[in-house]
Amino acid sequence: MTVATTTPRFKENVHEALHDPRLQRAMAFAGNFVPRRAAAVARLPEFEALRDSARDIKTHTLAHLDLYLEAYEARVTEAGGCVHYARDAAQARAIFLDLCRRRAAKRVTKGKSMISEEIGLNDALEAHGIEAVETDLGEYIIQLRHEAPSHIIAPAIHVTRDDVEADFRKAHLHLPRDRDLSEPETLLAEAREILRQKFLSADIGVTGANFLIAETGTSIIVTNEGNGDLTQILPKVHVVLASLEKITPTLDDAAQLLRVLARSATGQDMSVYTTFSTGPRRPGDPDGPEEYHVILLDNGRSAMLAGEFSEMLRCIRCGACMNHCPVYQAVGGHAYGSVYPGPMGAVLTPSLAGVEEGGQLPNASTFCGRCEAVCPMRIPLPKMMRHWREREFERHLEPTAMRYGLGVWAFFAKRPALYRFATGVAMRALGLAGRRAGRFSWAPFAGGWTRYRDLAAPQGATFQARWRAKSGAKNGATR
Amino acid sequence: MSARDEVFADIRRSLRVTGAEAPRRAAVADRLACTPSGVIPARGKGGAATFKAEAERAAATFAEVAAAADIPAAIAGYLRERNLPATLRIGADPRLAALPWDQTQLDVSHGASDGHDLNAASVAFAGVAETGTLALVSGADNPTTLNFLSDNHLVVLFAEDVVGDLESVFARLRAVYGAGHAPRTLNFITGPSRSADIEQTLLFGAHGPRRLHIVFVGGHGG
Repeated sequence: MTVATTTPRFKENVHEALHDPRLQRAMAFAGNFVPRRAAAVARLPEFEALRDSARDIKTHTLAHLDLYLEAYEARVTEAGGCVHYARDAAQARAIFLDLCRRRAAKRVTKGKSMISEEIGLNDALEAHGIEAVETDLGEYIIQLRHEAPSHIIAPAIHVTRDDVEADFRKAHLHLPRDRDLSEPETLLAEAREILRQKFLSADIGVTGANFLIAETGTSIIVTNEGNGDLTQILPKVHVVLASLEKITPTLDDAAQLLRVLARSATGQDMSVYTTFSTGPRRPGDPDGPEEYHVILLDNGRSAMLAGEFSEMLRCIRCGACMNHCPVYQAVGGHAYGSVYPGPMGAVLTPSLAGVEEGGQLPNASTFCGRCEAVCPMRIPLPKMMRHWREREFERHLEPTAMRYGLGVWAFFAKRPALYRFATGVAMRALGLAGRRAGRFSWAPFAGGWTRYRDLAAPQGATFQARWRAKSGAKNGATR
Repeated sequence: MSARDEVFADIRRSLRVTGAEAPRRAAVADRLACTPSGVIPARGKGGAATFKAEAERAAATFAEVAAAADIPAAIAGYLRERNLPATLRIGADPRLAALPWDQTQLDVSHGASDGHDLNAASVAFAGVAETGTLALVSGADNPTTLNFLSDNHLVVLFAEDVVGDLESVFARLRAVYGAGHAPRTLNFITGPSRSADIEQTLLFGAHGPRRLHIVFVGGHGG
């Protein structure tokens, strides 16, 4: 398994991200997603009912996944396509490289695919002398920068316009040096021109899939640029890279999911291009691929079906959880060090890469609950992050200071009278000491906390004491 | 054991099933055969007026003509007003082939696009009022390449093809292609191509058409 890269360095990554002014400038634009989603939701009175419907469809599908997979495969085959199964990233890469060999492919154009990131396809192609060209504008930019995506739907969200201009000047050396690239429009026009030639000369086009439809053997992609479509209709071979949980029973079920997807992702009612593809070119067709392949990746997902993380398989990769996450907004996607950042990544990465690799990520949460509040599939992300924290604790993977602190707390917690006495004394003392400022900028044993923020001063009584006083007064009144 | 067998075995082990359970098989067969609809937004009931409003919200432009015979003049006028060349690429759709193109100055060519066609016209399979979305299907009549390689895409939508929602498009597809079957490519298109990948600034004409113009035919019984 090669999913996680720098996830074990998470703490260091966060420190660097918070002190990177360029990144902080770029991340300011990430806040735009929040009001856009809110406006789209406000325009659709049925949105909450659609979330329930979408959740129920995925829950039903996952419980019958083996049978829907069988139906899907039969329909793809009937339409002249071919389904390949890959248990892990290495198998998926091997299948793809074999398709390349059979076609003597030199150039592969790529629509945006997180599965391609998950299996490290670009590096594998490069190692075999095959040019891989990312065609989503954001993916193209980060490919030029030799970076990984920092957001699942806006991969270059950490990059500023100035960066893009510098990258294009460095990469497009055949163009005049004195050309004007000061406006975003000119940057887009340049990328469009260069990528148009790549589209027309590619041997294989590879896309991801948002949904795979069992009813008809159809793969669905959703884009705004149209790059996914040019990727899949121009070359002789179209390869779809998708994971098992993309299976959806019917076209009508897909309509339910599409209605929550674009609104949650970008705040659009529908993305510009929602494309349904079923098999290769048919008799009489003047365009379209001659071959249609689907590589279905498991990579840990079948194991997730059993147990407490199965609900994560409902995820439709809209990105709403990271768009609304205060931690993601502060540190960006690269700090997570894994293919999938943000709250969904914090739950998924340990599932795919193991708790030793990804176990730190579920700690990157304030448990504010916004991710669950906006998740169109109603995935209980905070609850699952708590499950991972429990597993991390069980395996003794957290820092010793934290473990020691919890041990001290547990000693008192198991002795209620002593606990009440000790906390009562402590709260009175802290309340007295902090009564002037109402907060502490320094506290013993809490330097890690007070280095970055103040500690609020207690009011002088413990919660338990105040609760007793309150319920005592109430009982007295009703008597 | 093949990778396929292993994947199925892993799934069934996790679900604690064998795959032979009759109630599970019946549940799946039922859903695939009956294709139950879920929540359908009421907004789609607004018909052509809602379609127009939603399409314009998505930055498409919209023009209405009384009859099919008016389409060539409407397209020629649209291109002229924007100082675009008087060329047009179309497929073999009989609803376009039969039109009086020779009454315009348009240089009309036929077939799929190789990337050198500035302007192209297609006939929509349906228009979805709910979101102002066009549905187009692949084939010699309306080649898919026209939808993406042209700079200016003109889409003809007949009034009788406006439906309320995506589910109605699927019902029409099942009637045309048969239950369980779909066209090779079905494109749902909502406005012109765009990208917000540079500092979240919305820019049109990313890889597909910079302009999407809808020619709506026969809305008022014309």
